[in-house]
Amino acid sequence: MTGGTGMMDRLRHSPATLGIGLLLIGAALIAGAETWLTPFERTVIGFAGINIILAVSLTFSNGLTGLFSLGHPAFMMLGGYTAAILTFPAMRKSTMLPGLPEFIATSELSLLPATLAGGVVAAVAALIAGFPVLRLRGHYLAVATLGLIVIVQVLINNMDSITRGAIGLAGLPRLSNLWWIYGWVAVTLFVTWQLKHASLGRALMSIRENELASASIGVRRARLKLFAFVLGAFFAGVAGALWAHLVTNLTPNSFGIVTAFMIVVMVVLGGSGSLIGAALAAIALSVISEVARPIERAIDAYGLVQIVTATLLIAVLLFRPQGLFGSGEPVTRRMTTPGKPPSKTSHEHRGGFPNETS
Amino acid sequence: MSAYVLQQLINGLVLGSMYALVAVGFSMIYSIVRLINFAHGDVAMIGAFSTFLVFAAAGLPLWVIVPATLAVGAAVAAVIEFLVFRPQRQAPQVNGFITSLGVSILIQNVGILLLSAQPRSVRLPGLLRTNHDFFGARVTTLDILIVAATLISLLVLTLFVKRTRLGIAMRATSENVSAAQLMGIPVNRVITAAFAVGGSLAGLAGLMWGGRYGQIDPLMGFVPGLKAFVAAVIGGVGSLAGAALGGYLLGMAEIMIVGMLPSEYGSYRDAFVFGLLILVLLVMPNGLLGKPAEERA
Repeated sequence: MTGGTGMMDRLRHSPATLGIGLLLIGAALIAGAETWLTPFERTVIGFAGINIILAVSLTFSNGLTGLFSLGHPAFMMLGGYTAAILTFPAMRKSTMLPGLPEFIATSELSLLPATLAGGVVAAVAALIAGFPVLRLRGHYLAVATLGLIVIVQVLINNMDSITRGAIGLAGLPRLSNLWWIYGWVAVTLFVTWQLKHASLGRALMSIRENELASASIGVRRARLKLFAFVLGAFFAGVAGALWAHLVTNLTPNSFGIVTAFMIVVMVVLGGSGSLIGAALAAIALSVISEVARPIERAIDAYGLVQIVTATLLIAVLLFRPQGLFGSGEPVTRRMTTPGKPPSKTSHEHRGGFPNETS
Repeated sequence: MSAYVLQQLINGLVLGSMYALVAVGFSMIYSIVRLINFAHGDVAMIGAFSTFLVFAAAGLPLWVIVPATLAVGAAVAAVIEFLVFRPQRQAPQVNGFITSLGVSILIQNVGILLLSAQPRSVRLPGLLRTNHDFFGARVTTLDILIVAATLISLLVLTLFVKRTRLGIAMRATSENVSAAQLMGIPVNRVITAAFAVGGSLAGLAGLMWGGRYGQIDPLMGFVPGLKAFVAAVIGGVGSLAGAALGGYLLGMAEIMIVGMLPSEYGSYRDAFVFGLLILVLLVMPNGLLGKPAEERA
């Protein structure tokens, strides 16, 4: 890993007190939310947290590295189903999911190991899929990863004896709460932040800005791309697991192209490569959709949430193509590249990827 | 050859024709502005709705409906280009791509809002639904018309691109936008025209799709649009002949998966289509008829 020493340096010199302070404030807020808020409000906050995990982890590959992947829902599905099957009450497994191997059918895990297993399964899938798929660039990569969603959906739909197919898994134990979700938000933010601000992050950004130049200074593109993709998939798997145990209901159609679109919108709104930007956009969009949903129902205008989101996206892309914060972080402008639109001299952005016909 | 196999071949030919029409438009737009237009399939949906909800309901005769649908497709695509893609021409390439995904989702949901997500059944005049016996296989007049109209459209399009001034301007623009501009080609107008031509083909495909399957809904365009993209990539993006060939290959392959393999594999159809895409991109990144890659610094 190119970023080894740089990352350790940052870890040693990172303001640990600030981090601990933030964690304490966060814990106080969650305790407050758990005591005073209604279940609906807590669910909205839970969704916001899961969306933060998704958007921040996607920023790592899509924003920083310039790998335009739409595959997050595929990894969410894998993580969600893995975790759901692991936590499912053992008594009901034998009748509802007859295809499970013996050792899974008889065991019943708690949330943390199930979530970790979900993340690992998603990461392994990303490792396998990444080898062929990451050789593609730009549009082709985007559509190939869209294909991953379709492929995982079709597989889950057809493995009835393990996944109950299109009916989906209902009646999952409601294990996710704000503590678990925000614990994972903190882990996601910590890991991606440290990596972004290490030399690893710079190497990833150099791949985004100019692949040829980056290769010529010795950046190991293939390995780093795969790393960014797998890391994102791990957190997507975790988010899928948390989602399944918040909604307590899982079908292959829960995660599709619209989900991919919503996560990508968060990344684009926040700015390509801005973790805080992605997190803020995730919060904003979660709140907008949860507030708009009752309105949608009241005036019988289904599709309103997506209309609002799509319009917002188009408007931002037209008037502020670099997103809210560009590639920087609002709190640490010094440390990161300034939030200006990508330079015009880089071929990657002007059109025509090196491997495409012209 | 048994009648069953022949029937499958015919079905594949018909489905492939519709994919080919959409794929050719896709490829044309891509070769000129390097944009994968997710909204292209939704233009086909708008074409289908205007055909069956407006023109057919108004009792227009068929020889008016077809050109009217072509015009609607062209107008919708040109308006989208003018409103959202033109202002972004200098922006990073992925922006256009994300925007098109946004436009697609916007159109689908406005469609659901105005027309409801419920599929509507539509009926063509009985004349088109007449069955003919073709060596034991069943062919409707509509099937014949779909294949014929596709082939004629492809022929006209080829002549248009090769012979007319506008077509030559399009090819020049797809080679190099700034050079074309320096030669006095009104690049903006040429790009809008390319969108319009692609849109009219998509509109025609939507008309065929609705007529063939007997129902239309606001989400009907997305998946066929995506598959048409897969077809365009298989054939070689940027090559019109390649896109048409890819469309026919994909249509055939899809029907064969459903019709020839044991039925439990039929539901794996879409996984197969995208698996094929990934495979083709890896083995032949330029598709069957695409130009060889060129490494630029």
